[in-house]
Amino acid sequence: MNKLKLATVWLGGCSGCHMSFLDLDEWLFDLATQVDLVYSPFADIKEYPEGVDVVLVEGAVANEDNLELIKKVRDRSSILVSFGDCAVTGNVTAMRNPLGDTESVLQRCYMEAADIQNQIPHEPGIVPTLLETVQPVHAMVPVDVYLPGCPPDANRIRAALEPLLAGATLNLTGEQIRFG
Amino acid sequence: MAVKTLTINDRLISARESQTILDAAKDAGIPIPTLCHLEGVSDVGACRLCLVEIAGSNKLQPACVTKVAEGMEIQTNSDRLQKYRRTIIELLFAEGNHICSVCVSNGNCELQNLAVEMGMDHVSLAYQFPQRKVDLSHDRFGIDHNRCVLCTRCVRVCDEIEGAHTWDMAGRGHNSHVITDLNQPWGNSNSCTSCGKCMMACPTGAIFAQGSTVGEMIKERSKLEFITTARKNREWLF
Repeated sequence: MNKLKLATVWLGGCSGCHMSFLDLDEWLFDLATQVDLVYSPFADIKEYPEGVDVVLVEGAVANEDNLELIKKVRDRSSILVSFGDCAVTGNVTAMRNPLGDTESVLQRCYMEAADIQNQIPHEPGIVPTLLETVQPVHAMVPVDVYLPGCPPDANRIRAALEPLLAGATLNLTGEQIRFG
Repeated sequence: MAVKTLTINDRLISARESQTILDAAKDAGIPIPTLCHLEGVSDVGACRLCLVEIAGSNKLQPACVTKVAEGMEIQTNSDRLQKYRRTIIELLFAEGNHICSVCVSNGNCELQNLAVEMGMDHVSLAYQFPQRKVDLSHDRFGIDHNRCVLCTRCVRVCDEIEGAHTWDMAGRGHNSHVITDLNQPWGNSNSCTSCGKCMMACPTGAIFAQGSTVGEMIKERSKLEFITTARKNREWLF
């Protein structure tokens, strides 16, 4: 039997959800026997592969790189899990939205709030262009499972992953869906 | 006092004629979700979470401001009501800027609790990301309008319990917001007694004690309950 192809993706977020994933501790050994990790910040793989079974997506969609990647991820994955509050709600990543357009955001962050070397970063091809507003993942592509929390703790991640490993799609309920 | 008999969720109950559906249900141990309701102050039916179905009427009625009547047949938890309630909570989350992870009331918030209760694992409506202000001009308290759900509990508790009426509403539609005095900074308010009842009454992290950080703001309700219970039972009339 082929192993389930698992991927994790890091968009506009702090990587705290990935840290929480590592908190799964010894269960990671069990997980490793059941899946092939085919794309992840934990692995040095450059291109998001075809035919991914389950993908955990951390972070909100904040810039053009995020948008391009999430579209590719959706096209090439069966079950997309919105992983953590930034992916599910926009969360802290989306706190820039009330500031207005990207120009206002850049002015605020890199000019007004900077202590030294006030300048707006401009490196085409290296620093991706910001989207006008940060959006949760499901505002951009269809999402199959929501896994909220900032970060979702290891038990919650396991509760979401275990049914997926068994081939079922299960939505979390009760305290497992509390934001924050 | 006349007694009315009615059914709630097909259960026969009796209630005093002065009671609301919400009170009668509570006495019968039947939970109805609420947000703008606060024990001891008047009800305004603002949040619509306590809407119930009454047989013979297509119109849903808020349980907190609808009196019981003889022979009423009430449903409090139909599929339709559950769907509407989840939508109401989603609307509240989409309308303001509710970021639980960085909120003083994270883990102690009635809005957050209701989201869990309604099974809201995400908000399917478009977030509005409104521009709202934070007023930290008061010595002891602050108000973050991003977290306000316009329940008006602060307005009612200040008017009816403290008797100060510092708080009120201003604006219409998505510009609606609570104000202190005639829309002056809270710290400049002449009517505010700094009693803190608005903070105790606030269901979210909108009104908070200065200096509290993420998850630290636990709304102490026992003082409010003490006062409202004493008033209700007329314990202070000699």
